[in-house]
Amino acid sequence: MSVHTVKEIVASLRRGEAKPSEWAARILECIRRADGRVGAFLHVDEEGALARAKSLDGQPVEGTLFGVPYALKDNICTAGLRTTAASRILENYVPPYSATVADKLASAGAVLVGKTNMDEFAMGSSTENSAFQPTRNPYDLERVPGGSSGGSAAAVAAGMVPFALGSDTGGSIRQPAAFCGVVGLKPTYGRVSRYGLIAFASSLDQIGPFTRTVEDAALVLEAISGFDPHDSTSVDEPVERFADGLDTGVRGLRVGVVTDIQEEGLHPGVKQAVEQAIAVLQGAGAEVVEVSLPHSRYAVATYYLIAPAEASSNLARYDGVRYGRRADADTLLEMYERTRSEGFGMEVKRRIIIGTYALSSGYYDAYYRRAQQMRTLIRQDFDRAFERCDVIALPTAPTPAFKLGEQLDDPLQMYLNDMYTIPANLAGIPGISVPCGLVEGLPVGVQILGRAFDEQTVLRAAHAYEQLRGFEMPVPALEGSA
Amino acid sequence: MSGVSVSEARASYETVIGLEVHVELKTRSKIFCGCSTSFGAPPNTNVCPVCLGHPGTLPVLNEGAVELALRAALALNCRINQDCKFDRKNYFYPDLPKGYQISQYDQPIGEDGYVEIEVGGERKRIGIVRVHLEEDAGKSMHAPDGSHTLVDYNRTGVPLIEIVSKPDIRSPEEARLYLEAIKSIMEYCDVSDCRMEEGSLRCDANISLRPFGQREFGQKTELKNMNSFRNVQRALEYEAERQTAVLSAGGVVEQETRRFDEATQTTVSMRSKEEAHDYRYFPEPDLVRLHISDEWLERVRGSLPELPLAKRDRYVAELGLPPYDAGVLTADRGVAEYFEAVVACGADPKTASNWVMGDVLASLKATGERIQACPVSPANLAGLMKQVEAGRISIKQARDVFKIMWDTGKDAETVIREQGMEQISDEGMLAAIVDEVIANNPKSVEDYRSGKTKALAALVGQTMKATKGKANPAVVNKLILERIGSPDSGASGGGPADA
Ligand SMILES: [Zn+2]
Repeated sequence: MSVHTVKEIVASLRRGEAKPSEWAARILECIRRADGRVGAFLHVDEEGALARAKSLDGQPVEGTLFGVPYALKDNICTAGLRTTAASRILENYVPPYSATVADKLASAGAVLVGKTNMDEFAMGSSTENSAFQPTRNPYDLERVPGGSSGGSAAAVAAGMVPFALGSDTGGSIRQPAAFCGVVGLKPTYGRVSRYGLIAFASSLDQIGPFTRTVEDAALVLEAISGFDPHDSTSVDEPVERFADGLDTGVRGLRVGVVTDIQEEGLHPGVKQAVEQAIAVLQGAGAEVVEVSLPHSRYAVATYYLIAPAEASSNLARYDGVRYGRRADADTLLEMYERTRSEGFGMEVKRRIIIGTYALSSGYYDAYYRRAQQMRTLIRQDFDRAFERCDVIALPTAPTPAFKLGEQLDDPLQMYLNDMYTIPANLAGIPGISVPCGLVEGLPVGVQILGRAFDEQTVLRAAHAYEQLRGFEMPVPALEGSA
Repeated sequence: MSGVSVSEARASYETVIGLEVHVELKTRSKIFCGCSTSFGAPPNTNVCPVCLGHPGTLPVLNEGAVELALRAALALNCRINQDCKFDRKNYFYPDLPKGYQISQYDQPIGEDGYVEIEVGGERKRIGIVRVHLEEDAGKSMHAPDGSHTLVDYNRTGVPLIEIVSKPDIRSPEEARLYLEAIKSIMEYCDVSDCRMEEGSLRCDANISLRPFGQREFGQKTELKNMNSFRNVQRALEYEAERQTAVLSAGGVVEQETRRFDEATQTTVSMRSKEEAHDYRYFPEPDLVRLHISDEWLERVRGSLPELPLAKRDRYVAELGLPPYDAGVLTADRGVAEYFEAVVACGADPKTASNWVMGDVLASLKATGERIQACPVSPANLAGLMKQVEAGRISIKQARDVFKIMWDTGKDAETVIREQGMEQISDEGMLAAIVDEVIANNPKSVEDYRSGKTKALAALVGQTMKATKGKANPAVVNKLILERIGSPDSGASGGGPADA
C-alpha cells in the first residue's frame, strides 16, 4: 500500500493529476483493504465522502486541505453521522450539529471519510476500552495502537487516511502517535475549539491532528485553530501560518532536557532513541540546557483526580432521558441505574466512581482541591523551565506498544503510559510526538513541548528533527496473525 | 405578628425565618445559549443542542443576564464580587439535562446586602447573605396515574438569581412583607416580572423556633412548594404552630424538608436530612472566570432607578402625601410612574393620588389590565381633574366621565361635550329656573322660612331636576337663598361636594 501526505495530495490536485473524487475513491479502497485487519474505523461514510468529493471536482483548488480525505475520532460530533464515543450508551446517537473543527475542515475543503475507534469516552491508553472493537497496531497486529485516539493513529499509520483528528486529555494523541509511528500534536489548551468534542475532562481536553509529517500537522493545525464564539475557553490568539518558517532550523534554539525525569518504567531502548533525537537537534545547532520539573512526578496522581472528577460530572447527562440508550424500567431510579450500568464500560464506571468520590463532601479538600493546587505547581515548574529553554524534549511514552490484553487487568500500569504526556495537559501547553526510531521493531516517539501558544517553535524543532533524523518510518506491512 | 390565634405556648418561642428566593431574569435569550425565554411557548420549542445538554455542547455566558443580576445585587445593597466564577451543582433529575446545574457556589456575584421593610410602622432591615446567578431547570409533568412523566425544556437555561436572606425574619407576616419588598425592587430595576403564578418568582423558606432570649438557633425545617405570597405566610404560620406543638410536648424538631400542601393548608414531610443531596460542587471548567470591570459596575450603578422606599419617602416629604398613599402608589413601579406623570401635567398631588388609588386602580383590578395598558393616559386624567377644578363638572359627574374615558380612550373635554354634561354655572341662565321652582313650591318656601332648613335641599333638588343635573349646585344654592332670605346666614356654601 502506498501512503500519501496531505501536501502530496493537494499538490497532485493542483497539478490537475487527480480529482478529489478519485482521491476519495482511492482512500476508501485503501480502508476497505486494510481496515479488516486494523479495525481503525467505527464507521466509514463511503456515500457521504464520495458525494462531497464529487462536489469539489472541477472547483478551483483553494485552501491547504482542498480535496484531502480525513477521519475524525468518534468523540467529535458530526451532524447526521452517528457519533458514539465508542460507548454503548451512545450506540445510536446521531448529533443534530457538527463540531466546530468539522465545520472548519469542511470549509477548508477536506473530505470526511469516517469516524475512528477509541477508548470509550477517551478513557484509556490502548483503545481496548472501546465498547465495539479493538484496534490493532499496524506495525504489529498483536499489539495495541495506544489510546485513546488509537483508531485515528492506526488509520494514519496504515496509510488509510493522510490525516485524522484525535483528542488529547492526558496523552491520547501523543502516546498513540508514538506507538503507531506517526506525528501527533496536542495544541495549547484554548487553541482549538472544543465545541462538539464529547467531553471527558473539560479543563484538559484538546483536539489535535495525526499526520505523517510535521509539516502536515502544521497545515491541519492552522485549519482547525482559532477563537470560537461557541467555546468560551477558546482563546483569541492570532492563528499563525504554522507551515511557514518550519525550515528556519534550530540554530541557537534552547532545548531543555529534564534532569529529574522519572525513569522508573522507562524502556532503555526508548531512552536511547530519545537521547539520540536530542543529539540530532544539538548537532543542528540547538543548545541543550538542563531543566527541572520537580512536581511532574505527581502529575499522574493529580490527573487521576481532576480528570475523573470532571468526567463524573460530564457523563451525568447520559441518563437515558433525552437521547442515547434507555433501559426499560419501572421507576426513574431504576431507569438511571440500568441505563448507566448497561451503557458504560468498566473503565468509564471506575473513573465516574473515583471522580464522584473525589468531589464528595468531606473529601473535596483532601483530593480535588489538593489536586488543583498541585496542578498550579506543575504549571509553575514549566513557567520556570521555559525561562531557561524554548522547548523541552522527553520521551512520549515509557515503552513501545504493548500486546493486546497485556495491561487490561492492571489499571495502574495502564495509567503510567501517560506519565510523560500528562504534565503538558495539566499545564495547558502544546506538545508533539515525532517518530524517533524503532525499538524491537516497534515505533517510538520523542515528545517536544513548548510554551503556551508557541506551537510555531514546537513545530519548527520537530520539523528540523524530522528532516535530520536520517531515516524514513517504514510503511507497515500489515502482517500478523489477526 | 398578626396576634391571631397565638397560643400561650407560641408566645414563649421566637420564630426565626430565612428565605431563599429565585427570580427569573428578564433577558430575551437564555443564560448559556441563544434560545428564547418567552413564557407559554409550546413544550420543547425554545430548545437547542446546548440547553438540551447534547454531547459536546458548551455554555456561553449571556452578558445581559450578568447585567440584570448586577442590577439586582446593587439594588439589594450587596457588595459586588467583580471577579467571580461559576460552579457545577451535580444531581440527577430528568428536567436537568446535563445532570448538573451551572450556578455560583463560593463566589456569588453579590454578597452581604439588605432589604428594608416596614413592620407596624417601623422600618426593619433584613440582611441578604448572597445573590448568585444560575440557570433554571426544565419542568416535569407527571401523569396522574404515575405511568409516565413528560418534560418541557423550554425553561431550561432561563437565567435566575437566587437571593438568600439572613435569618433576620421574625414572623410569617414579615416574611410576606420581605417578599413583597423583593418583588417590588426587582420590578423597579426591570430585572424580573416576578410573576409567582408563572414561576418567575419562587420561594423556599427555613424556619426554626427558639425560646425568647436564647442566642442559638433552634433546629430548622425547610419549606418548599409555596406558590403565592399568601401561601408562604400560611405555610410558615402552620409550621410555626407545628414546631411549637412539638417543642411544647418536649419533642425535638427534625431537620427535614417539608412541602406545603395547598389543599390541606399544612406542611408534609418530603425528605429527611439523611436523604439530603451531596451536590459535589466544583468550578465549571467550560466557562472562564467572570470579570466585572469598574466601568461596567459604575454604569449599572448609575442606571439604577429610585427604589420604592426612597420614592415613598420623597412622596411624603416633597409632595405632602400621607404615608399610606405613598406606600400604595410606590408598591408598583408602573403605578408610581403613572402617578408622577399625572402630577407632572400640573395636577394636585393629593387629588391625583385619590384618583389613582381610587378609580384607576379599581378599574385596572376589574379588567385585569396592567397600568402600562391603562386606557386613560396620565395627561387625560390630569385634564379631567382640571375640568372639576374649573367647576365645569361635579366630582360625581367626573367619575362618570372617567368611566367613559376608560371605555373610549377619549379625553375629558370631548366626553363632557359629547355627553352634554357641562355644568351650568351662569346665574342669568339659572335665575329663571330658580324663580319658577320657587313659584311652584310655595310649601317648601313656607317650611324653610318657618325654620325647617331641610326644605332648602328640596328646592335645590327641584332645580337640579329641572336642569337634568347640570346646574352647579353651589350657584343654585346661592340664587335660592338670595330669593327666599336666610333664617341663619351662612347655610349656603360648600364646594362641588355631593349635591
Ligand atoms: Zn438553547
